[in-house]
Amino acid sequence: MQDLLRRYGAALTAAFILLTGFWLLVLVILPNITLFEASFRPYLPVVDVGGPRDTYSLNNYAKILDNSVDGSILGIPVHMPVHILTFLLTITYSALVTILCFCLAYPLAFYLSKVVSPRSLPTLFLMLFVPLWVSEVLRAFAWYIILALKGPLNWFLLTLGLIDAPVRWIAGYDGIIIGLVYTYVLFMVFPIYNAIQSLDTNQIEAADDLGASWWRIHWRIVLPHSKPGIASGAVMVFMLSAGSLLVPSLLGSPNSNWFTQTIQQWMLESQDWNTGSAYAFMLLILCTVFVSLVMRLFRVKLTDIAK
Amino acid sequence: MSAGIDLDNVCCDFGSFRAVDHVNVNIQPGEFFSFLGPSGCGKTTILRMISGFTDPSSGAIRIGGKDMKGQRPNQRPTALIFQNLALFPLMPIWENISFGLEVRGVDKATRRKKADELLALVDLPDAGDKMVSQLSGGQKQRVAIARALAVEPSVMLLDEPLSALDLKLRQHMRAELRAIQKRTGVTFIYITHDQGEALAMSDRVGVMSQGRLQQVANPRDIYNNPVNGFVASFVGENNILPGSVQNPGAGIASFETAIGTFRARLGDQSKGDVKLYVRPEHMTLLAAAGAENSVPVTVADVSFEGNFIAVQGVTANGTTLTAELRNDGSATVPAPGTQMHMTFDAARAAILPNTTGA
Amino acid sequence: MTNPRKLLGHIYMGTFLLYLIIPLVIMAGAAFNDSKLPSVVPWKGTTGRWFVDLWNDSAIWFAFRNTLLVAAAVAIIAVIIGTASAILINSISGRVRSVLYGVMVAPILAPGAVIGISTLLMWDKIGVGSGLHLSVLGQVSYIAAFVMLLVLARLQSFDQGLEEAALDLGASHAQVMRRILLPHLYPAIGAGAAIAFFQSIENFNVTLFTRGTSNTLTVYVFSKVRSGITPTINALAFLLIVATLVLALVYETNRRRKAKLEAAREAEGRRASELEE
Repeated sequence: MQDLLRRYGAALTAAFILLTGFWLLVLVILPNITLFEASFRPYLPVVDVGGPRDTYSLNNYAKILDNSVDGSILGIPVHMPVHILTFLLTITYSALVTILCFCLAYPLAFYLSKVVSPRSLPTLFLMLFVPLWVSEVLRAFAWYIILALKGPLNWFLLTLGLIDAPVRWIAGYDGIIIGLVYTYVLFMVFPIYNAIQSLDTNQIEAADDLGASWWRIHWRIVLPHSKPGIASGAVMVFMLSAGSLLVPSLLGSPNSNWFTQTIQQWMLESQDWNTGSAYAFMLLILCTVFVSLVMRLFRVKLTDIAK
Repeated sequence: MSAGIDLDNVCCDFGSFRAVDHVNVNIQPGEFFSFLGPSGCGKTTILRMISGFTDPSSGAIRIGGKDMKGQRPNQRPTALIFQNLALFPLMPIWENISFGLEVRGVDKATRRKKADELLALVDLPDAGDKMVSQLSGGQKQRVAIARALAVEPSVMLLDEPLSALDLKLRQHMRAELRAIQKRTGVTFIYITHDQGEALAMSDRVGVMSQGRLQQVANPRDIYNNPVNGFVASFVGENNILPGSVQNPGAGIASFETAIGTFRARLGDQSKGDVKLYVRPEHMTLLAAAGAENSVPVTVADVSFEGNFIAVQGVTANGTTLTAELRNDGSATVPAPGTQMHMTFDAARAAILPNTTGA
Repeated sequence: MTNPRKLLGHIYMGTFLLYLIIPLVIMAGAAFNDSKLPSVVPWKGTTGRWFVDLWNDSAIWFAFRNTLLVAAAVAIIAVIIGTASAILINSISGRVRSVLYGVMVAPILAPGAVIGISTLLMWDKIGVGSGLHLSVLGQVSYIAAFVMLLVLARLQSFDQGLEEAALDLGASHAQVMRRILLPHLYPAIGAGAAIAFFQSIENFNVTLFTRGTSNTLTVYVFSKVRSGITPTINALAFLLIVATLVLALVYETNRRRKAKLEAAREAEGRRASELEE
């Protein structure tokens, strides 16, 4: 702070502090406190707000326990409240998307950092970035077209004779998973690429020279080294998937439901902002728990993840 | 134009660590003054205090008789040349040089003219429109000097600016710096850990150790009459013999060591823990024992260094002494194993305390 | 690494690129199919009428204008806030720094819905109704963190000695900022502004909850897809993809030109150094 004063003087230093304070207090901390507070209050007509019925309770959170239904998670039949089922399915499928993204991204990241010649890298990166720059809604829309019952994918497979009748791709959670993987896989590629890139190629060659098989080289040398990148990518993909509203809405089927959609129903259809807050807060807690879990599991710091 | 600098009982603490400890020195206007010492001795802190980037914990700094307390770096009549030069990489050379004028609101044409003049002064007449990355190490050095000179400072502060250059270029730049200083008449304060640089360029040298100024003198006195063991061994080589003074008094005293008793100069401050210091080039190698200050040795190693020959002799109790013989082309080089005697002149040997006031 | 494995790598890379690009090609291609449903099969003849429809769809253009306005506002505010906070956090250390850093990057990881809802609630409480102004504030709350991270990374390669040198030469604090620090940060600020702009255009979650009744392009396209679509959306997608490609190429050409220039300068500096010896 002393240093800042010396370099930029009192006026500029004050400006830096005020701007940062505005951001963190007014845009981040206070809204979240408001959300937290509102989640414990009942949804009331305007005239009753602040009246005797406006008391704190856990009623909004308790709503998640209403309406038990039959369902299944990864084929295991369950009987539980519908919103809890949605919550658990959102977690399960977000984790599945994260794993699928890792499987797709790891070989690519390794190829980009250790195999391909550095001269063609900028071009390859540009080709990878362009789809990323095309808006998310359009990427989801593209798959909406492709996966349609009379769409190009079924046409292609029918023409090749691989299937006899059109497949209903947008059924259950399949469409959502396909869409989420496509939309977020690059968020897994870049952190892992950065991590592997910092690995000294000599280490791979040394292991090779010592007679290690290629899978052992990856298991013992490349994978451990890319841990921070994997953690970073996993956090990004999981968060984006669990928090996505676009993809589940566009590529979801009548019998799929994402937790963000439930929140949206409370907020925009029922106009019950208080219950919406409670559900949003639960989503926030889920994300916090997930991030801390990954940080503990991979022994990485927040600084490593947010790159 | 040039100004003198007074450091009056200056201290600087970083937490519990005292980086600069009661330094007193008067630097004359137009003088080339060097602070010489090992890294961590506090010399850079002194420079930062003079330029205003660090505040003294106590004591006063006066430039041209004016107390600098509370004066920001941009208000002081000093110009600092940074160790890494700190040239602005995004500006062409001429803008770098005239930056100090730009911030004073000087118009562009005048700035350009001044920049070209200074480029001529430092012998880089056509570099104005180049970028920093296009220059060599020595050229960057000159640009940094020109940039500092552009604001017409009364005092130039140089923080080991030659340390990044290779040996040959460094020696060339020494002469260049000295010439520029004489031409401009600006007071130069130079920080270095390289004794060769300090001795070759300076009017006076201040040797520092552990935050304290050990000795301030002209280069010849620093080398020939060091006030203590630190100065003696930091500047130049020495044979160092522990022992005790036999008949204390001014002038020459006897000094008893494990390999014999010798006669040597005794400084005024030579109290307490003292040692005997003899420079290798003051040692003479004889076939027979000398009249005084003579010790028998077995030649252990001879290394030919070009302009001199270093002979290492081992005494009866295993102490190693070094003598350096000037190579005038006819010097006889003793073979290892030869029994010989090493002697030295009492006037060329000194009995000194380890450090002053420690 | 043996050669067959390298070949496998090339094949995988190629397949991956196809996987990324084919959906976009199909989507863009459907813009030219003379079929009421957006698809490339069956191909009912090439037409430009969806572009004409797009041109006449005033709602889309209104939403597009909104999107640009919001994105510009977000970019400007996020750049200012992000740069200021990066400079601030770069100058402090220890526990305060890590706490501050945590609060700054947390919004990146928070779900957009949460950001949107919390922004809506807080401003509603103090009497500010929903609308695109809230979308701007909600988006800034996490987009500023991207700018902060970019600027902070750039700051780490900044030699603070340059600022001291400028101060020593008599520059005022504002001059140090304008002539020394900001020019060094411009690449990061530029990249930050671009990322902020595109992130804002992309944004759906925050905007959906804060927009009130106004539309942005993303929200509009979303509602169109849900309620009966015509290939006008594909026409729009085609134009956006082309625009993205053009921007990418301009960026890349520019980057290569600059890299080449800098490499030439450094080579000259090295040659000059060699001559000295």
